[in-house]
Amino acid sequence: MSSVVTVVRYALQESIRRRMLHVVLVLTGAFLLLFWLGTSSLVANSSGFVPPIDVDRETLVGSTLLGLAMFATLFLGSVLSVFLTLNAVRGDAERGLLQPLVVRPIGRATYLAARFLAAASVAAVYVLAVYASTVLIVRVEVGWWPDRIVSPGLELAAAVAVVAVLSLLGSVFLSSTANGVAVFMLFGAGLVGGLLGQIGEALGSDTLRSIGRNSARLLPFEALYQDGLHRLTIETTGLTEFVVELGPFGGAQAGGPWLWPWTVAYVVAAGAVAIAAFRRRDL
Amino acid sequence: MSLALEARGLAKRYGPIRALEAVDLDVAEGELVGLLGPNGAGKSTLVKIAVGLARATAGAVSVCGFPAGSAEAKTRLGYLAELFRFPGWCTADELLTLHQRLAGSGGGGAERSDLLELVGLSSASSRRIDAMSKGMQQRLGIAQALVGGPSLLLLDEPTSALDPAGRRTIRQLLEHLKQRGVSVLLNSHLLSEIELVCDRVAILLDGRLVAQGSPTELARPRGVEIETDVGVQLYRSAGRAEVPRLVAGLVSSGRRVYGVRVLTSTLEEVYLETVGQGAE
Repeated sequence: MSSVVTVVRYALQESIRRRMLHVVLVLTGAFLLLFWLGTSSLVANSSGFVPPIDVDRETLVGSTLLGLAMFATLFLGSVLSVFLTLNAVRGDAERGLLQPLVVRPIGRATYLAARFLAAASVAAVYVLAVYASTVLIVRVEVGWWPDRIVSPGLELAAAVAVVAVLSLLGSVFLSSTANGVAVFMLFGAGLVGGLLGQIGEALGSDTLRSIGRNSARLLPFEALYQDGLHRLTIETTGLTEFVVELGPFGGAQAGGPWLWPWTVAYVVAAGAVAIAAFRRRDL
Repeated sequence: MSLALEARGLAKRYGPIRALEAVDLDVAEGELVGLLGPNGAGKSTLVKIAVGLARATAGAVSVCGFPAGSAEAKTRLGYLAELFRFPGWCTADELLTLHQRLAGSGGGGAERSDLLELVGLSSASSRRIDAMSKGMQQRLGIAQALVGGPSLLLLDEPTSALDPAGRRTIRQLLEHLKQRGVSVLLNSHLLSEIELVCDRVAILLDGRLVAQGSPTELARPRGVEIETDVGVQLYRSAGRAEVPRLVAGLVSSGRRVYGVRVLTSTLEEVYLETVGQGAE
């Protein structure tokens, strides 16, 4: 256990001392400021907007803005996850940084688990903080609370943990640059799959719905994000629900009861494959 | 005699490439063994298998009686890779602290100070690694390998970036370690260095162990040189045993003898004869 703590501390120290977290915090501050300004000016400029009868204005504006914020938060959290893990094995081995660590009496599984814990916990805390900030901004400017406040944040946190394990798995086989490219391509593929599913939902296309479902299964960070979006307006009904679903962040699919067990199983399986491959790898 | 390192029938293949083949090698407790061989002979591969970075295709290696790569073996060894790098954002003291934690060493600040002093880096304990020269980093690497007081030290080209003074420091350090009973497997191209400090030398060629023994055992007689009043005469086929007879013969024939030198091959000559002149 002390080895895990040591490697986690080492990974966190590295991200702080190499000023990675400083850059992230400064740019995130800029993002939140921009989001606040955008939300504030949107509310001010749309005061004359009168929604159709029976459509709740606050729900429509608030859920759209928070959906946008969740998309940005997932992206930023995923970038952080990837940069904390993309060179964990092959990249560091090629630079000669890994060998002095793994010849110490810590198992390779321990090393990988610690790198995952470090990256996933930093990225999860980060997305929770950004999500909470955007919820508060929307509350202050729009006067709207989502139907579920906590669970969408937790799902975003789990989503970036999934991205972290994928990046860690890729790092066993690929050099840093190739791994970064591969993970971001998977990330993009997941989002596109999810968007196709949303379009399929709106247009009633079974093929597009199926693409959305399968991409969500293969890349569960997308399913978690979709479920989080869905929960923002889970209790909204009637014409408001219909109009929200037509919006750019509407039509999100619920993950269902198997989403969390599947996510846990997925992370464990991807981690196990990474450990098995790392154990067999000559350094 | 207990063994710090024992390799038996060790083989390693990288696809069709044979890196090691049926290598048997021992390093006894407190023994300093030099590992020689041209580039690609398998020296680094052997060391990597011993420290658990690579897996053997066949055969076995044990460290202090424990299988190479096991936690028990790892707690008993120190290692400096040929191509290593430490995180540039760390100071020397922080790096040693990290390795103390990973190695489970309870030596604390006293151990870190001792190690930095041993490699001549006492004044650089708070210096960041990215502000150190390559030579300083190599010395820090040796200090790092000594964290936790290992029984076996495996050093892969530990002096390649050092200046002559730095090499001398490391040579003295190796002699000091030997006195403390630490076993060392030293992989180096610097033959003169190996000849000076090693108890035994093993030569690898194309993955096979082609010669091993003490530098004296490996050295071959190269004749006797006798300086007389008419100049220096070389008796190529003669050895140490023939010196009295040769001197007596010269004196009886009226020559004045000023000096006698029994010639043996240097380690460099032995090495080049073993691996072939063009091997490098």
